[in-house]
Amino acid sequence: MLVTYIEAIRQAMDEELARDGNVLLMGEDVGVLGGAFKASAGLQEKHGADRVIDMPISESLIVGAGVGLAVQGMRPVLEMQFIDFIACGFDQIVNTAATLRYRHGGQTACPIVVRGPSGGGVHGGLYHSQNPEAWFCHVPGLKVVAPATAYDAKGLLKSAIRDDDPVIYFEHKFLYRRIKEEIPAEEFLVPIGKAALRKEGRDLTVVTYGAPVHAVMKAARDMAAEVDIEVIDLRTLLPIDWATVKGSARKTGKVLIVHEARLSGGIGGEVAARIAQDCFEELDGPVMRLAARDVHTPFAPAMEDYVLPNQEKVTEAIRKLAAY
Amino acid sequence: MTEQKDRELYRWLRLIREFEGRISALDKQGKLMGGVYSGKGQEAVTVGFCHDLRLDDWIFPLHRDLGAFLVKGADPKRLMAQIFGKRDGFAKGKDSYLHGGDLANGIFGATSCLGATLPVAAGMAYKFKIRKEDRVAIAFFGEGASSRGDVHEAMNFAGVHRLPVVFVCENNFYAYSTPNELQFGADNVADRAVGYGFKGEVVNGNDLHAVMKTAGKAIDRARRGDGPTLVECKTYRYHGHSEHDRADYRSEEEVITWESRDPIFLWEIYLEKRKYDIAAIRKGTGEEVTRIVEEAVAFAEAGASPEGPEAMEDLYAMPIDTEAR
Repeated sequence: MLVTYIEAIRQAMDEELARDGNVLLMGEDVGVLGGAFKASAGLQEKHGADRVIDMPISESLIVGAGVGLAVQGMRPVLEMQFIDFIACGFDQIVNTAATLRYRHGGQTACPIVVRGPSGGGVHGGLYHSQNPEAWFCHVPGLKVVAPATAYDAKGLLKSAIRDDDPVIYFEHKFLYRRIKEEIPAEEFLVPIGKAALRKEGRDLTVVTYGAPVHAVMKAARDMAAEVDIEVIDLRTLLPIDWATVKGSARKTGKVLIVHEARLSGGIGGEVAARIAQDCFEELDGPVMRLAARDVHTPFAPAMEDYVLPNQEKVTEAIRKLAAY
Repeated sequence: MTEQKDRELYRWLRLIREFEGRISALDKQGKLMGGVYSGKGQEAVTVGFCHDLRLDDWIFPLHRDLGAFLVKGADPKRLMAQIFGKRDGFAKGKDSYLHGGDLANGIFGATSCLGATLPVAAGMAYKFKIRKEDRVAIAFFGEGASSRGDVHEAMNFAGVHRLPVVFVCENNFYAYSTPNELQFGADNVADRAVGYGFKGEVVNGNDLHAVMKTAGKAIDRARRGDGPTLVECKTYRYHGHSEHDRADYRSEEEVITWESRDPIFLWEIYLEKRKYDIAAIRKGTGEEVTRIVEEAVAFAEAGASPEGPEAMEDLYAMPIDTEAR
């Protein structure tokens, strides 16, 4: 069936709510309204107001309550209306959920999913465009995923809901209705911790995830006559699939990392450092990065375009690296 | 109350006092690492709220509620092992004090972001409600933590859904060194309850009878589906915020005043009024609690410390493969 990225998210929640009576969806306006982006449209009507729960505007409560439910064997999916607001739930994620199993000496799991719309490109301005994944990739005890396709959006969310650890699920709002894809009618899962090889190539590897996957794929196709590019979509940012990343780096000898989050302190730095350390002798050039400029994501279109990576910037970065 | 229960309650008060006193002494001897947060003086709150709970009820202790672990059923030996950072502790040495809960006994481990357990308690109470279980969650917090957003967020949600949770504020007048007049503008923390749509009560937290009466009403109310209660217990901590804090910010007169209202002393007066043989009770109970505490200390001291690589265990439900680990 042909589905959009957001429909894939809705299907994942619908199927998991139907499959397991312990699954809950909690968030602001997720019930009758069906969520600010309609990710949960119809789910409260179908599964009941006790299981698709309209919450007060209290992100810290939403996450904390989710932990309490998880300790009782429930599997709550906690929606942040915009991922920017996850900052208000940061303490509960980092200090309560992420530490729960560890500080209880393994007595309990913490099967919560915190999900919400991240990313820019829609002129959302400072508070509706953030890419805060790096905040969480620094936290032991969490898992972090960021799907780029409808297939992955569905398969990863279903895996996240079934996972016994807290999973932070970054969906990209730019992709919600721009991506349409044939996905299987029958059930499928995408495993957490495995990258996807989006395109094979010999000359140069681009490691990316989230919305830029699509810009990179277009660039790779458009530049096919010029350079044979391999594209790795990380999909999971914690833990990173190092075997796939390093395997590709060793094969092509040149790696460009592309992400939409700002450059400094981003995931790209970690990927670059690992490749530089472990694949140094097989590299034919410096590991390079393309990311958002080190600034907030501005509102006005020209400024937002200036700040965020796009296909043109990807092409330019690839040419620069290929020239080595 | 029966004589047996009167004596049992006394035994809990004394056991907590003895347990914490021993920990303070061990700390002074340099035998413990990390912070030690004595709840000395606040025992009546703990006993009053935890004594009549069922195994499948839950408590969310604050950092000074070591006694709540004991009354709710935690093994004193394992609790002491936790304080020592030993493998037998609930956290298996990964953290000390009350950060590792005893989930089998319905005790949730706190984080050091005080008040952060209240949303967790509210979430758990939500489960009790939707699954129609007549269980309750008791969330303890200090008057200092009452300034945090999490405390408000949890109470607001509990009020919306009339959840089976009791919020217990242990108001001991100081958040570390900050007195109440610099912490909140209202007379009582419990005054806020009206804003959440449920009942707030202020009780003398050193008077075990008063605490038990109020606790019983609040727990019954929660259990029968009539929603939360905010109970503020006015009490006092004898020690500083931690054992390293000399608490010079308090006057000697103030401390003496509160010592004259000691919860154990008050309970002994009550036992005397009931014409029990207080001398015999005091002696017998003293010997029993000393034995329990000494056994716990011996167990903890003899217990194995975790090895370095055990630090990598218990992080994920299924170990994950990352090269950094």
